[in-house]
Amino acid sequence: MPKAANVIRIGAGAAFADDRIQPAVELAEKGELDYLVFECLAERTVARENQTRAKNPELGYNPRLVARVSAVLPACLRNGIRIVTNMGAANPLGAAREIARIAREQSLPAPLCAVVLGDDVAELLRKNPQLPLMESGKPLETLLPNMVSANAYLGADAICRALDTGAQFVITGRVADPSLFLAPVMHHYGWSYDDLGRVAAGTALGHLLECGAQVSGGCFADPGKKEVPDLARLGFPYADINADGEFWVSKLEDAGGRVDLATCKEQFLYELHDPANYISADCIMDITGAYMQQEGKDRVAVRGVRGKPRTPSYKVTVGYDEGYIGEGQVSYAGINAVARAKLAAEVVQARLKDNGYLYSEVRVDLIGMSSLHGAPDMRAEPYEVRLRIAARTDDPKAAEAVGFETRALHVNGPASGGGGSDPVVRKVLAVQSVLVPREWVDPQVRIVRTDK
Amino acid sequence: MTRVYDIAHGRAGDKGDTSNISVIAYQPGDWDRLRSELTEDRVKEHFGHLVTGKVTRYELPNLHALNFVLEGALAGGVTRSLAQDAHGKSLSSLMMTIELPD
Repeated sequence: MPKAANVIRIGAGAAFADDRIQPAVELAEKGELDYLVFECLAERTVARENQTRAKNPELGYNPRLVARVSAVLPACLRNGIRIVTNMGAANPLGAAREIARIAREQSLPAPLCAVVLGDDVAELLRKNPQLPLMESGKPLETLLPNMVSANAYLGADAICRALDTGAQFVITGRVADPSLFLAPVMHHYGWSYDDLGRVAAGTALGHLLECGAQVSGGCFADPGKKEVPDLARLGFPYADINADGEFWVSKLEDAGGRVDLATCKEQFLYELHDPANYISADCIMDITGAYMQQEGKDRVAVRGVRGKPRTPSYKVTVGYDEGYIGEGQVSYAGINAVARAKLAAEVVQARLKDNGYLYSEVRVDLIGMSSLHGAPDMRAEPYEVRLRIAARTDDPKAAEAVGFETRALHVNGPASGGGGSDPVVRKVLAVQSVLVPREWVDPQVRIVRTDK
Repeated sequence: MTRVYDIAHGRAGDKGDTSNISVIAYQPGDWDRLRSELTEDRVKEHFGHLVTGKVTRYELPNLHALNFVLEGALAGGVTRSLAQDAHGKSLSSLMMTIELPD
């Protein structure tokens, strides 16, 4: 739909680090966008990128940055679209340098990049071991020996300052996801944190768009019940927002997917607990008075979102090393398949024990029967079943042994087990959270000269 | 017999070890029925073998929706869980299987 004169248009370019790329290119080319936002940082991604940067100080930004930016940069430069992204992860400055390199490689003018820093508060936390963990109430001290990262969810104010520099490309590390979308709106309309209703509306827009296609027909289709047109060519969403904070969610006309009350409501409540008190970095959003209206094909209006002032703290995600998970899988089919899978699980566990390996937690799944929703006793036996054994341990050898012993069932286990997987060993980066007073954190903006 | 699936749709989200599952009536007229029959106790009973903590229900009359918050539902949370579906994304499908009295 053509853009009205009194709105700005913000597109969702990515909803996670491994999101699809082409729909963002289509938005940049045909969407009449003012801003394109890429959200690429899950809870533990920063922790992982911290480890990458520790090995190579040039890296630590999102590993798919090159592919993603290379694909969208030409259309964004051509159409004057400003980009806001948290692809900086643990190294926003490194990301800015990489973006300049990509531009040079494509013989494009280097975009002016502004970088938001200050989310890394690991040193600060080391000095404050008394802070209580939000999950357990225990002191942070218990995690400190294994801590690999600590990043505060910065808010839209820091991103606004970056946009105020005129930069075409704003790169952040950890910021609250909705803030990536709220910031361009606050910047454009000059809203302050006193404009509670508007800030809450912009936060709602961010909340609806931050998961990309999940509002335009992704994570929705159920054949025969909830049909999504042309799911294979699913488009990413955009939103138009006016100076009063009224906004409309939509998608490109010729892209697959659907934007209607059903898709928008599912996303509105996604990862939300108390709908009157959704705490973000910029406000406490209250959607209990919000309502949605279909105003044209693939176009939903959202009004009535309310807000309370932001809290006096930043939420900090603490990433910590929690040992290893080892995993193996093998399949059984036909008569008595489930009994053979259960026997196989007993055999593997006995062999691991005989080898002296210790695990703090072991999980046996019968895929096709009880791996997702549990309760195997209530359920009819399937024709075929895939055994999955996963176990937690601090010993990488013990982790490796889980998959090793599972695959060895081919020859040494119950009858006709097939399709054993390669042993999987995952290093576990877990996260917990603490709150820190706002005044402890000092977000900074830096311009990165990229014309050299 | 009516299942939640027949009159509503929803999505599951994760935050740490807590799952939230929305239940949204297709028809505004069915919202009252969901409100009276899909209680916290009914959901807790259905998820009992998976959920170790409290179940809380929030009502969104404008959206004809309920939001259930299930604590201790994700085997320790997405970053450390041993589960195949560590996010619990499939849990909305379990909500849909709940049968409502006729």
